[in-house]
Amino acid sequence: MLNKHSKIEKNSILLLVLVVIAISVGGLIEIVPLFRVETTIEPIKGIRPYTPLELAGQDIYIREGCYGCHSQQIRPLRDEVERYGHYSLAAESMYDHPFQWGSKRTGPDLARVGGKYSDDWHVGHMINPQEFVPESIMPSYSTMESRDANLINIGAHLATLKLVGVPYTDSMVENAYDDAMTQAKEGSSESELALFERYGKNINIRNFDGKKGVVSELDAIIAYLQVLGTMANLKDYDPDMLTKETNPE
Amino acid sequence: MIKSLAVPEYNDEIVKKFTIAAVFWGIVGFCAGLFIALQMAFPGLNFEPYFTFGRLRPLHTSAVIFAFGGNVLFATSYFVVQRTCRTRIWGSRLASFTFWGYQVFILLAALGYVFGVTQGKEYAEPEWYADLWLTIVWVVYLVVYLMTLTKREEPHIYVANWFFLAFIVTVAVLHLVNGISVPVSLTSFKSYPLWGGVQNAMIQWWYGHNAVGFFLTAGFLGIMYYFVPKRANRPVYSYRLSILHFWSLIFIYIWAGPHHLHYTALPDWAQTLGMTFSIILWMPSWGGMINGLMTLSGAWHKLREDPVLKFMIVSLAFYGMSTFEGPVMAIKEVNALSHYTDWTIGHVHSGALGWVAFISFGAIYHLVPKLWKRKELYSLKLVNAHLWIATIGIVFYISAMWIAGVMQGLMWRSYDSLGYLEYSFVETVMAMHPYYIIRALGGVLFLIGALIMVYNLWKTVATNDDKAQFVS
Repeated sequence: MLNKHSKIEKNSILLLVLVVIAISVGGLIEIVPLFRVETTIEPIKGIRPYTPLELAGQDIYIREGCYGCHSQQIRPLRDEVERYGHYSLAAESMYDHPFQWGSKRTGPDLARVGGKYSDDWHVGHMINPQEFVPESIMPSYSTMESRDANLINIGAHLATLKLVGVPYTDSMVENAYDDAMTQAKEGSSESELALFERYGKNINIRNFDGKKGVVSELDAIIAYLQVLGTMANLKDYDPDMLTKETNPE
Repeated sequence: MIKSLAVPEYNDEIVKKFTIAAVFWGIVGFCAGLFIALQMAFPGLNFEPYFTFGRLRPLHTSAVIFAFGGNVLFATSYFVVQRTCRTRIWGSRLASFTFWGYQVFILLAALGYVFGVTQGKEYAEPEWYADLWLTIVWVVYLVVYLMTLTKREEPHIYVANWFFLAFIVTVAVLHLVNGISVPVSLTSFKSYPLWGGVQNAMIQWWYGHNAVGFFLTAGFLGIMYYFVPKRANRPVYSYRLSILHFWSLIFIYIWAGPHHLHYTALPDWAQTLGMTFSIILWMPSWGGMINGLMTLSGAWHKLREDPVLKFMIVSLAFYGMSTFEGPVMAIKEVNALSHYTDWTIGHVHSGALGWVAFISFGAIYHLVPKLWKRKELYSLKLVNAHLWIATIGIVFYISAMWIAGVMQGLMWRSYDSLGYLEYSFVETVMAMHPYYIIRALGGVLFLIGALIMVYNLWKTVATNDDKAQFVS
């Protein structure tokens, strides 16, 4: 063995090639099969791409590094399911680029935070977390209240996500700005109908930050937080669905 | 024959530059770490919008891993490859480009974080333009390194270079695959990664864990394989073990990523593979530790006389400790408790502070007198002080985080006699407070140690002993 190895030690290109082979095996075996989507992601009703306003909220979530302290992945363990709700399913994050599962819970998991607190609570909590939870160590994000959500370019963001595989339609991309304004209650009732038509009925159309006239970053991030974990129709979810289909009794 | 026996004129200017950068970024990274540790104990230290924990945490991780660790790796790999190949580095101007190019990358990334420009993937936060720039710098690094190997005057490629080469090429592969993203427009800082959801999670932690495996392990093992034998003046303990441990380490490490995703929506088969290979990984890891430690056999007395060697040996002890803890935490049942808690943070820092930083300090203490042609370091006593203060700091850090993590994990899953969850989330946050303070104190000690090193190195360079005899 040692004699043979000295060949490698005398040839830098051979060494390089063998290293590349050695490090490729594990990655290929673990990663490539995941792209056979039907065995990786169980289909579940209700999952849709984020609306433009929710996406703007997710962009802010990423910008601020929220994932550094909050996970979005409930594990199928008794205490987690009781504390946070139904365990997370792969389909629920299939349109997240990048995924937001996180790795640390300095703060609680947010995978199903949508609908748990009122918009008012979120507004106050983002501006001054310690007012609502005195022992919290979360930074305050009061500047979001006055900052414009800068939605003018949101269509380009949808178009980019479409390019990487998120199923946005052309009409979703074209109307992204209007849809965002509409969701923040700055549109007409016809435009609300159009928004429902494009994204389905399960959409919160509200003035999230309670301020008229301007769509703030607070509107966007609350719209995002309020939809987290609420899309999947968990009542219809059957964990054994796949095995039943392949093994008919 | 005479030509080949003469010592070639090595390019040490490039090594000097990287060494200075490493020390500078090290201090920046340690300060950033201390600051965010204090933010967790005293949230009033968050100053929005630029200096919140969320934006500074990637600044800390990037500064210590890529700025400090990266510059150490550049410095030592360029130093070692020239000595062990007995040849001057190939393409000195390109090597110089890797220096300036890499510093530009660090600045691009760091400025981005503070201004909220980030891809939002841990340890791969720099946006597309910084990623592209790094790709260019890294390919040049690979070419310079490989060409230097190719024009070597020694018949064999020394084992340290196997590790450096594996580190350089694997980091290139990881960076390219994980970094693919589409910018919103050419004038936009923002991009969206090609991978999404569960595939993104797997690829990101394949990247993330192998950033540990190849950046923070293989690269620093390259340092170990040159500087420990050099400092102890003994050959490497076992040549066979080097071969076995090298190939098994790089083959097995790459599989371990999914242990970051236990009990998630990642398919079970991938989690099981990740756990299995993580446990197997214990063996090649300890192979490296044993090879390093046993190099001292017959020369253990040198530990008493040489605090620089002591740094390297303590680093191997920490390496052994954290590469044992890692496989334990990769077991699903243990991970159910440890994941999402500060135990992970403690584990990472026992490796990062104890292994990576200590072997780096050892190498830097060895390098600086050689590079600046000084006889010895200004003060070995100060090296000893650095070693002890930093070690106590690490012990504070990891024991506080271990207790805090286990406690938090247990509190989360604790039930009262009526069958309800016993603690609200915020009660577990409150319980962390004293440990966050102890951790920050550990950080203070570690930083003080590093500042002592800066003073010692400064005095070493500034003390001009004309009679110094420099032997390469």
